[in-house]
Amino acid sequence: MAKHTIIFDKRPRILSTGTVAGPKECAGVVGKYVDKALADDMFGESTYEKAECKMLTYAIGKAIENAGMKEEDIDMMISGDLLNQIISASFAARDFDFPFLGVYGACSTMSESLALAAALIDAGYFKRIVAATGSHFSSAERQYRYPLELGNTRPPQSQWTVTGAGGTVVADGGSDIAVTGATFGKVVDFGITDVNNMGAAMAPAACDTILTHLRDTGREADYYDLIVTGDLGALGSRIVKDLTWEKGVDIQPNHVDCGEIVYNVIEDEFQGGSGAGCSAVVFSSYLYDKLKRREINRVLFAATGALLSTVSSGQGESIPCICHAVSIENVR
Amino acid sequence: MFAEYLDVLFMFAKAFAVGGLICAVAQLIINFTDWTSGKILVYFMLAGVVLQGLGVYQYLVDFAGAGATVPICGFGYLLANGAIRGAQKGLFGAFTGALSAASAGVSAAVIFSFIMALIFRSRSKKN
Amino acid sequence: MTEKNRENYNKNYIAYVNSFDPPTHHFKNCLRAFGVGGFICCIGQFFRVVLEAFGLSGDELAGTVSVLLIFLGTLLTGLGVYDRIGRNAGAGSIVPITGFANSVCSPAIEFKTEGLIYGLAAKMFVVAGPIIVYGVLSGTIVGIIYWLLG
Repeated sequence: MAKHTIIFDKRPRILSTGTVAGPKECAGVVGKYVDKALADDMFGESTYEKAECKMLTYAIGKAIENAGMKEEDIDMMISGDLLNQIISASFAARDFDFPFLGVYGACSTMSESLALAAALIDAGYFKRIVAATGSHFSSAERQYRYPLELGNTRPPQSQWTVTGAGGTVVADGGSDIAVTGATFGKVVDFGITDVNNMGAAMAPAACDTILTHLRDTGREADYYDLIVTGDLGALGSRIVKDLTWEKGVDIQPNHVDCGEIVYNVIEDEFQGGSGAGCSAVVFSSYLYDKLKRREINRVLFAATGALLSTVSSGQGESIPCICHAVSIENVR
Repeated sequence: MFAEYLDVLFMFAKAFAVGGLICAVAQLIINFTDWTSGKILVYFMLAGVVLQGLGVYQYLVDFAGAGATVPICGFGYLLANGAIRGAQKGLFGAFTGALSAASAGVSAAVIFSFIMALIFRSRSKKN
Repeated sequence: MTEKNRENYNKNYIAYVNSFDPPTHHFKNCLRAFGVGGFICCIGQFFRVVLEAFGLSGDELAGTVSVLLIFLGTLLTGLGVYDRIGRNAGAGSIVPITGFANSVCSPAIEFKTEGLIYGLAAKMFVVAGPIIVYGVLSGTIVGIIYWLLG
């Protein structure tokens, strides 16, 4: 019997998406698919936090607009971000006239909010919910790491926080792309303490949730055209393939990591992209487009998050991680 | 005249070699540990204090000039030197010597940083 | 899983992860650090020579050289150049006094958005504060030891 997995009987649909991404991200694979490619990552604001908030506001507004709806048609928004007290999401919600549920799953926020939105719609409580999240390189850097201008070297395991935001409108009908199931992950901690090696810290959580999902649903890994993880990076996605292989599941042929593909040239990003915006932007632009064109039909979207803070790592704690998976399929 | 120029040039070579070597040692430590800039700066400064406390660093300064004073261990050397000189005047001197010797550097850092912070703002990294 | 097993498992996992570590180019890194660090020291030496010609000497000379280098460090930080140098040079730009200036200046610039007092001024020493703290502490200890020894 399904333990951690919900199978949605009513199959809530993803109506539309709205995305915005920074200049560095748009040079990569998502550039062609985003609604707005920023030339300047300040987005005309005076601080990076304000820019992040504005990106999120834009993504939400654009998603609603793309669905052909108006603000009053939306019943609720579920959102979160990486900053302390999820200020970007809360401040973005200030501009909209519907209820707001703030969630925090670090970089897994996109799949967490998608799963929650689908669950609330499937249960019949709401009809249309916006699920959105975003992140900004510069605001994340200053909160989790060092001032931007500090001349420090980046270790080769490190990743680059994606500047961008993505929003989706989930509704009870009106499209072929359905959220068919969701698996809520548990917190997994394999004792990694290196804050620069997020991929290695998060890979076990991704492995755990993917295996749980496949076990609960009785599906094989090749049921999905793509098993998408959030921001494990090049190193982390190698580890997750190894870990699942060890448990007798082969995700090698259809596994893709958003962080690994988001940047074109891996130069100073080393392992690829990270951050809440990474999975949000890649899913809502690139993958959503592929789903819409039916180039891919079944996707397991498993975004991972590292639930650490600067305080916990300062006190020498290891990094607990989480992964929530949402299965998204093209249905008739 | 020519010998004088040669002397100056030789001093530059020594400064380059010694300063570069100190930085290379620091880089080696960074490679093998996960120390970030703050930690490196503190330990190298402490190394300067200890070496001058033992009376060794002075030789390096005499030998390499700026090659020994420009790296952060030179800052430690300055602190220790000030304290040692202060100690000759008494306990109060030992207490105030360190910071008064470093006052130029600290004041400069505070004042220039303040001015630069007023003028510039942080910019995102392009790569 | 018992506590002991868990620990073992984690240890194995960490060892496994470490086996993936990308290779560090020791020689290349150190050579860059050597070059850049040496170059900055040469700039210092240049100031020394020039100021000596102006008749400065002793503490005044050493202090003025530091002040000039710190000015350069903060200026390059403000212009957004220093972090680029640091990306490639590593310790070569961290260890010289300009690196100290950079670590004072960069948080000041970064946190200006939170106000001139609690932002710029309060955060100015988040990175470089420990250097002052341990510098004063260790310097004074050396001074007191010398005083005790006479």
